[in-house]
Amino acid sequence: MDNIAGQNQGSKLAVNITVIILVLLWLLPTIGLFVSSFRDRDQISNSGWWQAPLAVDLNFRTRVAADNPREEGGSFILEGNVFADPALASSFPDATGTVSAYGTRAVAPGEFAAGEVSDLRAGGTAVVNSDGSYRIETPEALDRGPTIYFEARTPPKFTLANYRTVLFADGMDRAFINTLTVTIPATIIPILIAAFAAYALAWMDFPGRGLLIAAVVGLLVVPLQLALVPLLSLHTHIGIGQSFLGIWLAHTGFGLPLAVYLLRNYMVGLPRDIIESAKVDGATDFQIFVRIILPLSFPALASFAIFQFLWTWNDLLVAKVFLPSGSDSQVMTVKIADDLLGSRGGDWGILATAAFVSIAVPLVVFFTMQRYLVRGLLAGSVK
Amino acid sequence: MSPVFQGMLTIIIGVGGCVGYFYFSNMLLDKVIFPAKGPNTGRNINRANQVRPWLFLFPAMFALGLYLAYPVVGSFWRSLFDRSGANFIGLGNYIDLFSEGTFRTAVINNLLWVLFVPAMATFLGLLVAQLTDRLSWGNIAKSLIFMPMAISFVGASLIWKFVYSANPDIGIINSIRDAMGLAVLDPLQVRFWNNFFLMFILVWIQTGFAMVILSAALRGIPEETIEAAIIDGANPFQVFFKIKVPQIMGTIVVVWTTITILVLKVFDIVYTMTGGNFGTHILPSYMMTYMFRDDGRATAVAFVIMLLVLPVMIWNIRQARNEMR
Repeated sequence: MDNIAGQNQGSKLAVNITVIILVLLWLLPTIGLFVSSFRDRDQISNSGWWQAPLAVDLNFRTRVAADNPREEGGSFILEGNVFADPALASSFPDATGTVSAYGTRAVAPGEFAAGEVSDLRAGGTAVVNSDGSYRIETPEALDRGPTIYFEARTPPKFTLANYRTVLFADGMDRAFINTLTVTIPATIIPILIAAFAAYALAWMDFPGRGLLIAAVVGLLVVPLQLALVPLLSLHTHIGIGQSFLGIWLAHTGFGLPLAVYLLRNYMVGLPRDIIESAKVDGATDFQIFVRIILPLSFPALASFAIFQFLWTWNDLLVAKVFLPSGSDSQVMTVKIADDLLGSRGGDWGILATAAFVSIAVPLVVFFTMQRYLVRGLLAGSVK
Repeated sequence: MSPVFQGMLTIIIGVGGCVGYFYFSNMLLDKVIFPAKGPNTGRNINRANQVRPWLFLFPAMFALGLYLAYPVVGSFWRSLFDRSGANFIGLGNYIDLFSEGTFRTAVINNLLWVLFVPAMATFLGLLVAQLTDRLSWGNIAKSLIFMPMAISFVGASLIWKFVYSANPDIGIINSIRDAMGLAVLDPLQVRFWNNFFLMFILVWIQTGFAMVILSAALRGIPEETIEAAIIDGANPFQVFFKIKVPQIMGTIVVVWTTITILVLKVFDIVYTMTGGNFGTHILPSYMMTYMFRDDGRATAVAFVIMLLVLPVMIWNIRQARNEMR
């Protein structure tokens, strides 16, 4: 095909470039999230994630010790180095750095350039050099040392602190377990129920079969929203209420149309000869189903399992309605949307990490099982 | 009892119960009710075979009926009652809704979503499918564009907060504006256009889906038709629009309707990004503002969504019936 497709080198280049741009556009936001989740909190709020490998200007403060000023020509002098402050040791482990600007008031932390002499409000002068050494000259001895604010270049800093906070302090570990608790039964149970129904719809003859298939196709598109109020009141009425049992049942019900539809489409395509010869040999429907249909339908079962897993893992709506809102039973999506976005709205590192923790498992499932997912999608939409 | 243990117990009871139900009900049918022996062997086997499909279907039918069919009626019925559920008020909830400004905004926004998202996702999906078709690294490109399918709407919203944030040190858009010397603005507060920024998140998620299906459809086009067109002197654009697209029109429509249905369900994006503020409500998110507070209103909104889905549903059923004939 290539030689007659009428494509020249130029158009091939154009295609390559277009696809690269599209792929970047699709990938960049996720990379941003990933990079941000490893960045230090101060660095995130001072430079974009795309500058993560570069040094950042960060603001620091240090209080000058006023205990033994040197007296020199009638004025008192305090000297030292801002980087020597033990409180800043985590940012400057070898007590060196480069000051780009400094200030003596909290409202203007970068008021003066390094090396520039400034007047103190209480009288006297101060100067901070770019190597961090400072000299404060006052006419009288100070009983409290002034605070110096300074801006310093800090090297890029990547940390696992966000992950530690999210996983061990913020309750995401609990939410992770809750999500698993919701997801696994809600994935396994519908498969079994749907497989039997799909077999009946595909290979058994009975009146009303066409009507039932049409009903399943119709139910595929019923909006979930309709089910929320009546079913929640039903659950409350029969004593299930908002609970894990309730959400398992709900997910089972909501996943069934797709399951039955996908599996039936697949089973119909299985070779008729095998099933008929098994019947001739005296196998019952139950035996045919268990011994022949189930093993042969493995690809379709796998693809539905992936769908249902992704859907239940990622779901927010059903979890919000059918689970109690307390932190004991919050799943990760609810935790992020209702809890973290509210209480940690400005803490981008924590948000990014929480989001990444919640999408990591689906991404792994996605990339390892993509083959089945694609096959399932195709079985569901293209005949 | 810890939820994990409870979960495992449920898996065992659920799976065991299902298998047990199918196995024992089947045995009951064959051995006890219609035994394949004695004087009526032939008649009994026939009868058992008539009953068996319903045995296999019953759990699924029960769950489908309870969780999807009953709610259609149940929701409509509930929407005819007031907040407490005690007083019948006819179409009162609907009348109140339509006189409410936010509801009208939500309907209009929802129509925009229904028009824009499927169109854009299908178009981009088709574009990517076509472009990557002959690329040596096409499969990698496809896999990466398909990836957002695995990400939750909440996760995707957070991802896009790092694009849209008003803080130029967080949001890419504002950092570019900042670098160009433009004033910083919050894209999500720009009236009208903010809806499109939200829609793009869903487009980002759904393009991969459209791409995968359309790519398979493109591969299925008989090569002869394309070769013939090229021999007749068609350029690549003509080949694409006049030969390929018409042949996969059926698939395009399926993709389009599937995404349309999805659009009418997604409340997560609006909920996490703006909470419906700044004129961005859509019906699903608007419904959630009434959930737990006014069931009458909530079900009324849900039923409006159902009415919007209805044409697609009828079309789908008709398609399925045609296929079976």
